[in-house]
Amino acid sequence: MPGPENKPEAEKTEAEKDPIQIRIEGLRKSYDGTEVLRGVDLEIHRGIINVIIGGSGAGKSVLTRQLLRLERPDAGRILVDGVDIVPLNDWQLVPIRRKFGMVFQFGALFDSMSCFDNVAFPLREHTKMTRKQVQTRVMQRLTDLNVAHAAPMLPGQISGGMQKRVALARALVLEPEILVYDEPTSGLDPVSSRLVDELIAETSSKFGVTSLVITHDMASVFKIAHRVSMLYKGRVEESCPTAEILTTKNPVVVDFLKASGVLTA
Amino acid sequence: MAEPESEPKKAEDGEKAEPASSLMSTLAGVFDWLASFPLGLLAEIGVMARLMFETTMWAIRPPYRVSRLIDAMEFIGVQSILIVGLTGASVGSVFSLQLVDGFRRFGAENQVGSVIGIALARELSPVFSALMVSARAGSSIATEIGSMRVSNQIDALTTMSVNPIQYLVAPRVIAGVLMVPVMALLFNLIGLGGAYLVAVQINGLDGGIFLERVRWFVDRIDLWQLLFKAMVFGLAITLISCRQGFYASGGAAGVGLATNRAVVQSAVTVLVLDYLITSLFFVD
Repeated sequence: MPGPENKPEAEKTEAEKDPIQIRIEGLRKSYDGTEVLRGVDLEIHRGIINVIIGGSGAGKSVLTRQLLRLERPDAGRILVDGVDIVPLNDWQLVPIRRKFGMVFQFGALFDSMSCFDNVAFPLREHTKMTRKQVQTRVMQRLTDLNVAHAAPMLPGQISGGMQKRVALARALVLEPEILVYDEPTSGLDPVSSRLVDELIAETSSKFGVTSLVITHDMASVFKIAHRVSMLYKGRVEESCPTAEILTTKNPVVVDFLKASGVLTA
Repeated sequence: MAEPESEPKKAEDGEKAEPASSLMSTLAGVFDWLASFPLGLLAEIGVMARLMFETTMWAIRPPYRVSRLIDAMEFIGVQSILIVGLTGASVGSVFSLQLVDGFRRFGAENQVGSVIGIALARELSPVFSALMVSARAGSSIATEIGSMRVSNQIDALTTMSVNPIQYLVAPRVIAGVLMVPVMALLFNLIGLGGAYLVAVQINGLDGGIFLERVRWFVDRIDLWQLLFKAMVFGLAITLISCRQGFYASGGAAGVGLATNRAVVQSAVTVLVLDYLITSLFFVD
């Protein structure tokens, strides 16, 4: 995998040497006059698992949509490897988006295509690989994620957990530098949740990608996160290494951790 | 002493002011209601114009996904052959039946071929085939793209650096522009066949005269009118259907609403455009 984490130090560019891969500064977004993001400042560290927690309506999903430039923020900057992506148009965003892989909450697999074709889709769109090479790469990814047997099936024919694995295989197939997971364990049973957590941790360590996980599942956070940031009412309340969040004095974070059962009253 | 005097005066003013403000708010409400329709229409036209522009820009940019275009042509055209053919046969034969009966009353049944030929070429073929394609393919396009929207599949395309307008909308719109004229020609042929069958084989009109009248009265300009109208209708139907699906929201109910709007708006647009284009052809 030719991600910057796997490159020799000498071959890395200045941007790739920066431990902060994504910097978000003063990000604001409103919908119909309601301000959802109210000046988000956040740093996503390179090559580790960064988790964003927060209650429903805190603006986590909206933040993800801005980060992937599915929407344009009202104000603020999003620097990906030093490049501000906010003013870029769709053409200019192509190389930036190629750095990202996204695993949506419910997979967002194309339901008219087989799982194989879903995973092959980015390769067919963006590479000149031969049919044989595509076949090999796709099956390799599906095998890595233990869903090779689902290759000929349609997404509707497999379970939610398997869909997430196929979605992860699709996100990984172009070897992105940054993987974004939106609520990866929501709606899954505890066993499947654990498997998905293991998958995220394994993917991060195996492929050296920068991971950004959006969740409110605190059990997952303590299993996988290297850094945790808490979003509350459209602002980042806390951002620190995972171990430090347990000792924070921030009342909002403490309340959230108590409500999640992580801290006792 | 001043206070008891001033208080009733204030109350009196309040009584006068209250109906006045209530009247103002009612008037404002009526004005809002009256303004909402034209403003909504203008906003919709704006959205459509923007989608049309983006579709054009993305359609001419590489990569060219020929297989997507062929799939869309197969879906919009080939899969509509049966319903368009059935409608054509039905319209042609019923129209012929009515005309033979009507024209016989004043001994003009020889004109059946000319009237049917002109009516089919100028109006019935493009309008009916467009309505049939809209009901069958337009609704399906809106549902498919709408489902993709609400299940984040369109966002997934975007995150994979695949422009959803280029991938989903452009091939369908091009296929609509290409295939609705083909469907209209098919409708015309089958309609004429049905009309011939009813007029000549069932009602005993002279077949040679029927065909000669068609040839004599139907000009090349009528066929151009058929093709032009069908192209415009194909563009309108596919663009409206894609627009409704592309901007669908609100889960399954939202997709249902988008489908419903796609069919209704397509039908109304086809009828309005039909009048406008016809009037253009009558301008000297």
